[in-house]
Amino acid sequence: MADLRNNFVGIKSPNPFWLASAPPTDKAYNVERAFKAGWGGVVWKTLGSEGPPVVNVNGPRYGAIWGADRRLLGLNNIELITDRPLQVNLQEMKQVKMNWPDRALIASIMVPCVEEEWKAILPLVEETGADGIELNFGCPHGMSERGMGSAVGQVPEYIEMVVRWCKQYTRMPVITKLTPNITDIRNPARAAKRGGTDAVSLINTINSITSVDLDNFAPVPSVDGKGSHGGYCGPAVKPIALNMVSEIARDPETYGLPISGIGGVTTWRDAAEFLVLGAGNVQVCTAAMTYGFKIVQEMISGLSDWMDEKGHRSLSDITGRAVPNVTDWKYLNLNYVAKAHIDQDACIKCGRCHIACEDTSHQAITSMVNGVRHFEVMEDECVGCNLCVNVCPVENCITMVGLEPGTLDQRTGKVVEPTYANWTTHPNNPMAQVAAE
Amino acid sequence: MHRLGSGIAGGRLAPAEYEQNFSDLHPRFDKHEALVASDRCYFCHDAPCMTACPTEIDIPLFIRQISTANPLGAARTIFSQNILGGMCARVCPTETLCEQACVRNTAEDRPVDIGRLQRYATDIAMEQGRQFFHRGAATGKTIAIVGAGPAGLACAHRLAMHGHTAVIFDAREKAGGLNEYGIATYKAPDDFAQKEVDYLLAIGGIDIRNGQALGRDFSLQDLAADYDAVFLGIGLAGVNGLGIEGEELAGVDDAVDFIAYLRQADNKADVPIGRRVVVLGGGMTAVDAAVQAKLLGAEEVTICYRRGKEHMNASEFEQDLAASKGVTIRHWLAPKRIVGKDGAVAGIELEYTALRDGHLVGTGETGVIAADQIFKAIGQSFKASGLGALAMEKGRIVVDDHCRTSMERVYAGGDCVSRGEDLTVSAVAHGRDAAEAIHSAFAVAGQPAVAVA
Repeated sequence: MADLRNNFVGIKSPNPFWLASAPPTDKAYNVERAFKAGWGGVVWKTLGSEGPPVVNVNGPRYGAIWGADRRLLGLNNIELITDRPLQVNLQEMKQVKMNWPDRALIASIMVPCVEEEWKAILPLVEETGADGIELNFGCPHGMSERGMGSAVGQVPEYIEMVVRWCKQYTRMPVITKLTPNITDIRNPARAAKRGGTDAVSLINTINSITSVDLDNFAPVPSVDGKGSHGGYCGPAVKPIALNMVSEIARDPETYGLPISGIGGVTTWRDAAEFLVLGAGNVQVCTAAMTYGFKIVQEMISGLSDWMDEKGHRSLSDITGRAVPNVTDWKYLNLNYVAKAHIDQDACIKCGRCHIACEDTSHQAITSMVNGVRHFEVMEDECVGCNLCVNVCPVENCITMVGLEPGTLDQRTGKVVEPTYANWTTHPNNPMAQVAAE
Repeated sequence: MHRLGSGIAGGRLAPAEYEQNFSDLHPRFDKHEALVASDRCYFCHDAPCMTACPTEIDIPLFIRQISTANPLGAARTIFSQNILGGMCARVCPTETLCEQACVRNTAEDRPVDIGRLQRYATDIAMEQGRQFFHRGAATGKTIAIVGAGPAGLACAHRLAMHGHTAVIFDAREKAGGLNEYGIATYKAPDDFAQKEVDYLLAIGGIDIRNGQALGRDFSLQDLAADYDAVFLGIGLAGVNGLGIEGEELAGVDDAVDFIAYLRQADNKADVPIGRRVVVLGGGMTAVDAAVQAKLLGAEEVTICYRRGKEHMNASEFEQDLAASKGVTIRHWLAPKRIVGKDGAVAGIELEYTALRDGHLVGTGETGVIAADQIFKAIGQSFKASGLGALAMEKGRIVVDDHCRTSMERVYAGGDCVSRGEDLTVSAVAHGRDAAEAIHSAFAVAGQPAVAVA
């Protein structure tokens, strides 16, 4: 049995699946249920300053996009941080941590960008016995209008400053949660590291309008006829999150900085992808909000079974394993040539590969051969783009087959070179680096 | 009368059972079911389903329109090729047409539910009374159509779109042809055939004259003289006979008459049925009669077909339907003699058959099945008078690819022509194409002579 125990910046949990700071972690009632279901840890829904709590809208807080069977693909929300009094949350956190000493309990915090505010709340949180804190620099709606959340996360100098205060006023590990609503995720990550953060977590939600009510011309979710952009999450955001995680994992300035991966984790496979791209653990929200807490059982067994099958014994065996294979475009091997190949036994003759290639790409797939409906790749036209593979409804019907070095590429009329060569040395590149004589 | 009473009698079932037995065979999809079903369509390139449809409905397009919550757009796509798309959605043997061609069969042995999706879209449009086509600017041309069945109605509608006037003559009391008189009751409940006729006629410019029979009230010659063109969609009015002893006995009936009578009966309990029923034949008519005999409360219903299962014209689906309703299908049995008692049917003697050198022969062995009612469903035949010297081939009207007969300005389509296929949907295609051919012929004839410089 693979060992799924997780040690993330000294915070221990029986598995790498944490619930992200969000509605599912707002109360002891929910968190108790989550721990009973098997979650390794929770990041308690974001705490604000002492005093009157924030208020939420009393109309819809969520919008969604669906697949045809109403499978939820993406969710957006306009809910703010916890709207319960600080003391109530702190008392419940303390009790839950006592009840579940083996689980991770992290406090998410968002207070105004003032040193005194952070100085005031940190000892209160520390007193609960929480294992660490997560700085919410990501929330893109509502709080950002008040100079908090992503308003901080979008200014690297503020990130560095607040992280520094937190490291100064608490012994607890500091996880800095980043917003994806920026142009280059490496800058806020670098700032967090300069401030001394123990880890970063990402991504928070993405600014979004999920849809528009075309009868009332109102964005969804619509509160009394008006809508505001919300934070987008769920399966649809995973590719964006994976890229941002990998960017930080392979950036020389932040290399080795622990990352808690967040963004559309729905299955064990999603989690494994985050881990191999450099995440030390993952946080989940939308999958739990869609299916309930039981979903973690699939994640645990799936990850464990996959690790057993592949002979990976612990999480450290897999974390970051794909990072060395993430590179810049300019380093991709231009001498590698692949051609699409259609398995005629698996082909159901829908013709989508043909029409995709014919209408929108390279005219490299037949539709009719000798008067018979037949789909086959013309290797002298195929550039190896992979579009046909992606539009084919049958898994593994179309595959990309690499040409062996020494064989002829019928499209270019050139023999496939055995050597690696990339754009940096390509003759068409005016900036090509020519080796010194 | 109670359930097990001998002889031929009505009222074998409780009223609620009749209601249940003759309700919709396939209830309509609701919106969510339609969305899920439509999502299974791959939107194939040069889609095989479309090629398999005699009316060439753009199936991938209409299914995609359903999937984007645009059922009215889907209905427009369907009706633009097949104005009787509502009935075709109910009665087409989709399992041998579009759904057989669906690539999902190769992928997972289950096609997209094309027929039910078509019904979903067309029902919504028809219930909302949405008309997608308008009568063209009047041309002054009037076309006579004989037969208000699927071919004649489709022809009339397309002619109206082009601005021509259509006058339809039909011998029966109601329009619709086989849609009204020849379809099993549970396939088109709630008077759907008449609703469809009304929907189609709403375009205007179509005049239906019921109770007018060709050969009795008028001749083809009369029509050709009085109208700009003629379309014959007269179907197959004749019924094949057995030519065996006992055929004249009380209780030996034509299946098509039974089906028509049942369709027209307001109260199904009034329709008498035998306790033991034998249906002779292997086509859709045989199945429709047998299943409905069972639904009326017959205790034993047996279809006897003189060839094997693989030769039956009834589709696999229809055969399975019959079996699921408790009908027994027996193969390789040919009727030899109907046994009577006191002037009424008591049973039927059948001879076992076999194929020898490609010929069907009797083996000499016989058996008797007790029966108090026998339905003949061994095929319909061409039966018409008043056609004059119209060219015929194998008992059907000869037509070319444009539905033109041997007579100038006379067109024909549907079951009555040499390339008829016994399918509603093919009849619709013929009627529509004949209308286009008639319209083109008018256009060509109407072109002014052009001087060559």
